[in-house]
Amino acid sequence: MERNLTHIALFAALIAVLGLVPKIDLAMGVPITAQSLGVMLCGTVLGARKGALAVALFLTVTLAGLPLLAGGRGGLGLLASPTVGYLVGFPLAAFVAGLVVERWHVAVGLAATAGAVIGGILVLHAVGIVGMSVMLDKTLPEAALLATPFLIGDAVKAGLAGVLTQAIAKARPAALLSRA
Amino acid sequence: MLTLTSPIETWAHRVPAGVKLLALAGFTVVLFSLHSPVALAMAAFSVVCIIATGGRVFARTSLAQIRPVWPFVLIVGVWHLATADIVAGSVVILRMMTAIAAANFVTMTTRLSDILAVLERVLSPLALFGLRPRLLAMAFALVIRFVPVMLQRFDTLSTAFRARSPRRSGWRILMPAALAALDDADRVAEALRARGGIG
Repeated sequence: MERNLTHIALFAALIAVLGLVPKIDLAMGVPITAQSLGVMLCGTVLGARKGALAVALFLTVTLAGLPLLAGGRGGLGLLASPTVGYLVGFPLAAFVAGLVVERWHVAVGLAATAGAVIGGILVLHAVGIVGMSVMLDKTLPEAALLATPFLIGDAVKAGLAGVLTQAIAKARPAALLSRA
Repeated sequence: MLTLTSPIETWAHRVPAGVKLLALAGFTVVLFSLHSPVALAMAAFSVVCIIATGGRVFARTSLAQIRPVWPFVLIVGVWHLATADIVAGSVVILRMMTAIAAANFVTMTTRLSDILAVLERVLSPLALFGLRPRLLAMAFALVIRFVPVMLQRFDTLSTAFRARSPRRSGWRILMPAALAALDDADRVAEALRARGGIG
């Protein structure tokens, strides 16, 4: 019981910290934040249910007024912002990513990469694009256009999520709750 | 840790959090049912007036908080100028900016602990599904406490990396950081159990 709670809470904190650490310049010096990588890791490491709860906890403290979303954003205004779909999509993304790792019994690294792509990219952008199209009153293809610049970074992050999950499985086999 | 609550005391700081949240919810519902630019401009003006009651510094902070939305305003603005549908564009922009500014006003005038207290009360029916208010309060406290702890950990790890390498650590410190989070989770769980648990 205690262990479930602390894993959920500490991974929620990890998502926050990954959004606040701007030092991770990936390809070509593009300073993309690692926040969605944190969401992917929640799913692939903690599993579907706990991963989604960790992300939901992160969102709750952010909406309540801690500036923990990438770029130091926070507060209730996020619910009216054009990117609200991505916030709704975050827990779903973690859930789907976790589900893939739990159900698809191949090597952990492969399953985690696949989970991160399906959950952290496909599901997340699907919900995010619907959100933008509603908030900005645009058609879905128009809103999708706004999301395309982020796809390269997301692909890199999905690969990283796979590598990190594999490494965690090797270093702390007992901690990989998605395969417990 | 720094919260978004404004240190400048306004009259709204003294209004109970639950009342403000209800008012905000009502206001936002009305806002999204308005479709005329004139009505929306009036709503926007009233929000600006309310923010102005907080004084100059307070208003400037509100303006700074809305900054991440400007790129979207620009995109929507340019789009609607190109399609010559200026009325629809101004409706979208006005509604979005007003809703965000109003919500930010509530966040800026309410202490984090007050909002979390309201949340715990609202979510208390979830106890039926095993999510007891005590667990929720504990989870909030753990997140708030561990964000600075983990930031410190990231800093230590990247300092250690730089002591050994002329390159920047980049993604390489993510692995030890994630492992540290997992180990911390185990230790905190043991500590909680040793103190009587959370059950």
